[in-house]
Order: sequence, then structure tokens, then C-alpha cells
Amino acid sequence: MSSAGDAALEWRAPSGRLRRIPLVRLGFALAGVFCASLALAQSGDLRRSGYQEMGPALQKMQDDDTANPAMLFVQVGAAAWAAKAGAAGKSCADCHGDAAVSMKGVAARYPAVAPAPAGPVDLEGRINLCRTVHQQAPALVAESDDLLALSAFVTLQSRGLPIAPPDDPALAALRAQGRDLYERRQGQLNLSCANCHDDNAGHRLAGAVIPQGHPTGYPIYRLEWQALGSIARRLRNCVVGMRAEPWQPGATEYLALEAYLMDRARGMALDGPGVRP
Amino acid sequence: MRWRAFAALLLLPAAAWGQQDSIPEPLTGQPGDAARGRAIVANRAVGLCLLCHSAPIPEERFQGDLAPSLAGAGARSTPEQLRLRLVDAARLNSDTIMPPYYRLDGLTRVAKNFQGKTLLTAQQIEDVVAYLASLKD
Ligand code: HEC
Ligand code: HEC
Ligand code: HEC
Repeated sequence: MSSAGDAALEWRAPSGRLRRIPLVRLGFALAGVFCASLALAQSGDLRRSGYQEMGPALQKMQDDDTANPAMLFVQVGAAAWAAKAGAAGKSCADCHGDAAVSMKGVAARYPAVAPAPAGPVDLEGRINLCRTVHQQAPALVAESDDLLALSAFVTLQSRGLPIAPPDDPALAALRAQGRDLYERRQGQLNLSCANCHDDNAGHRLAGAVIPQGHPTGYPIYRLEWQALGSIARRLRNCVVGMRAEPWQPGATEYLALEAYLMDRARGMALDGPGVRP
Repeated sequence: MRWRAFAALLLLPAAAWGQQDSIPEPLTGQPGDAARGRAIVANRAVGLCLLCHSAPIPEERFQGDLAPSLAGAGARSTPEQLRLRLVDAARLNSDTIMPPYYRLDGLTRVAKNFQGKTLLTAQQIEDVVAYLASLKD
């Protein structure tokens, strides 16, 4: 991840960006329901996901579970789901059973409010609560492959389902904070998120099409990173591109932006774990 | 020299030139160099212009379309107008997304490594003005 704060690096021109990724053969194909927000398009909804902004080659890579590099992480996450961990000696499956049943729709409603004293958390934060509270194991490190793998696995169980943020006063306050951050100009370039993602979506920033910024596909495998990454990592890239001071990892500001963006994407189909340039 | 002009400009009350559509005086004693200006505009990590604009710089394949082409900029505006546009485009259009290239005040949460620095130096502004002024069609 660049910390140089260079706009040109964070919003890279597509030259050489579509590196050939060796075809990933998983040996098994997870049944994937892909829903391209057709209903939304028909109802005059002008929202478009980042998936819809991508070229056919990348869309194909995301759609094909044997080619989507994020699916490798899903496989690791599935194994972690079944593995006992921590002083409690329990696996996720011991308490939650079959993820296809218990985790269906869960990723589509995060960030959500966890029981006190935790409060609002995103999906990774929720998984870490189960690690520390229920498994009595150390929290997984933010952006670590272990945490992203579990979150990709849980996210997959909501593929194709509409984003459905819950109603909760604590979340309403968080979204308001996120919206304020989203609309406020910041950094040496004096830009707001809205300047690009609301006012100039669909235009080209150098070579990159500016997406509307809907978090439908997270965690994503980003070719630029050659890695799986969370929504917070993606947001940090944009903050650095604006030459604004990035918030500390785990800061409420990322959670607030995420809560606002999920609300803004309410009703759109979750299509993670996705692929992005 | 550069720092004197720089400090003087930043200290000027906005009213001194804010109501006008140009900055008549060069920011430095050394005339701008159009070739250096072209390199600044072409460089996505220095001028950043091509993130938003296109320009007659064919070797740069990826150019933005958030803003008008810079081709003909020197026919549409005088060097004095171009100077103001670069120093602080918000003086011309308070809603502009074009970054202020030579202004320090009114910015929030600037990254540590860029704090207290303008996007371009006074000499770089003069170089870019010279380049833009040369774009007659
Ligand atoms: C100068 C324009 C610009 C600004 C300002 C900007 N972004 Fe972005 N953003 C982009 C571009 C371009 C991409 C896509 C990058 C790519 O494809 O390489 C992107 C990607 C994203 C994505 C990923 C969308 C997806 O489909 O996966 C999100 C979310 C996002 N930005 C949110 C934000 C937020 C929040 C802010 C403010 C803190 C912000 N952006 C500021 C240009 C911008
Ligand atoms: C000892 C039982 C236990 C274990 C082990 C456990 N959880 Fe949980 N989990 C819970 C309970 C109980 C809740 C409901 C919230 C609460 O009380 O904390 C929950 C909630 C969740 C939620 C939120 C569900 C929702 O509807 O919002 C997710 C996601 C989750 N767990 C994932 C995991 C993962 C991933 C693991 C393994 C790393 C795991 N859990 C391990 C008991 C457990
Ligand atoms: C974040 C986007 C952005 C960047 C970066 C940017 N501009 Fe602009 N520029 C604009 C927009 C938008 C306009 C249209 C007028 C307005 O909205 O202020 C504009 C207008 C202009 C104009 C007047 C239009 C004309 O040609 O008659 C000039 C000249 C100009 N820009 C030069 C530059 C130069 C040189 C750079 C780099 C040093 C640059 N701009 C960087 C967005 C940008």
C-alpha cells in the first residue's frame, strides 16, 4: 500500500494493470447466484455497481468462481469456519452450524450494532468479537489474510441478496458522520468524495472510470494490490489519493463512511467477494 | 526571491485580487519555461492535470475527461488569467473541483507529507502558464 500520498498511484491508469492472473482452479465450484440489479435498473434507479463499470474481461473473472482469485480465500475461510480455536475450543461451525443457512444475508446488513459494550461494528469487527468473546482467542489482525478469508466466506453466503442496513439510532448517528465526511472537502487537492463519486461518476480520471462508489463487492481482490482487501483499505486509497491524512487503521471514520455507503447502496445486490482493477 | 513572492502572495488579502479575473504580475522574477511547463502538465504525480484534463500531449495515453481539453487554453485566456486559474481556481468558480495550486489557506486534513506545501511552486506555476499560453489552437 502506498503511503506516499500520490494521486497518480492511488488512481492508476490502466496501463499494464490487467496483469494475467493464472487461472485459479479450486477443484470445486461454489454455486453462485449472480444478480445484476436488473430490478433496480427497470425501476429507473440510476445506481450502478463497480462491477457494472468494469470491462467484460474483469466481469468474467469475477463471475467465474474458478477464475476469481478471491475464491481461494473463500476456501481458506471455509476451513477456518470449521476449525476449533481459542481457549473455548470451539469452531464457528460449532455455534453457527451450516454457514449457508446461518450466515445468509448477514454480510448484507453490516455495519450493525453488536451487543454492549461493543456497539457498531463492521463484518470484520463482528467476526473478531466472536474470536475474542466466544472463542476466547486473540483477535485477528486487521487486513490479515486470516480475517479477510473468514469475511470473504461469510460474504459469499449473501451473494445476490439486496443490501439491507438495519434501523438503529446508533447506526443513524454513524451514517450522518459518514455522510458529513463524504461531502466535506479535504486534503491538498481540496476534493470531497462526492466531487468524484456523485458529481463525476462515469467520467475518466486519467484512465480509470470513476465508479459511483458502492461497496457491493467487499472484500475485493484488487489487481492493483495483488491481494484481497477490505472496504477500509479501498477507502484509505482514495483518502491518500486526495492527499488527505489517512485515519488510523480501525478508526471510526472508516466505519462511518462504510455505514453511510452501505445505506446509500441499500437495495443493490451484494456481489462479493468481487474483483476490481 | 521565490519565497518573497510566495509569502507576499499568500499574505495578500483576497480582495486585492480576488475580485479580478487575473493576476497581472508574475510570481517570480524568472520567466516561465514552456518546455518545463509541458513536463509538469504531463506528469501525473506533479501537475496532476491529466487526471482531469486532456491536453495535446500524445505520448500520455490516459487522459481524464472531468474537465475541458487544455488545447487552445492560450487562445481562450491571457497569461494573467491563466495564472489566477492555477493559483486558485476557486476565485473564478467557488464550486470548482480544480485544486488550488498555489494556496495554503482554507484546506483541511492535508496529509502530513504535504502540509505547508503548495501543490506547485511559484516557478512551476510560471512554467505551466508559459506552456498553456503557447497552446493557441
Ligand atoms: C478524484 C476522484 C476521487 C475522489 C475524490 C475519491 N475517489 Fe473513490 N475512487 C475513485 C476512482 C477513480 C476509483 C476506482 C479506482 C480504480 O478503478 O482503480 C474509486 C474507488 C472507490 C470505491 C470502490 C468502489 C467499488 O466499486 O469497489 C469506493 C467505495 C470509493 N472510491 C469511496 C471513496 C470515498 C469514501 C472517498 C472520500 C473519502 C473517495 N472515494 C474519494 C476516485 C475518487
Ligand atoms: C461460542 C459460540 C460462538 C462461536 C464459537 C462463534 N460465534 Fe459468532 N456469534 C455467536 C453469538 C451468540 C452471536 C450473536 C451476537 C452475540 O451475542 O455476540 C454471534 C454472531 C455472529 C455474527 C453476526 C450474525 C448476525 O446475524 O449479525 C457473525 C457474522 C458471526 N457470529 C461469525 C462468527 C465466526 C466467523 C466465528 C468463527 C471465527 C464465530 N462467529 C464463532 C456465537 C459464536
Ligand atoms: C480535479 C480535476 C482538475 C485538475 C487536477 C486540474 N483541473 Fe483544470 N479545470 C478543472 C475543471 C472542472 C475546469 C472547468 C472550469 C471549472 O470548473 O473551474 C478546469 C479549468 C481549467 C482551465 C480553464 C479552461 C480552459 O482551458 O479554458 C485551465 C487553463 C486549466 N483548468 C488548467 C489546468 C492545469 C494546467 C492543471 C494542472 C496543473 C489543471 N487544470 C488541473 C479540473 C481540474
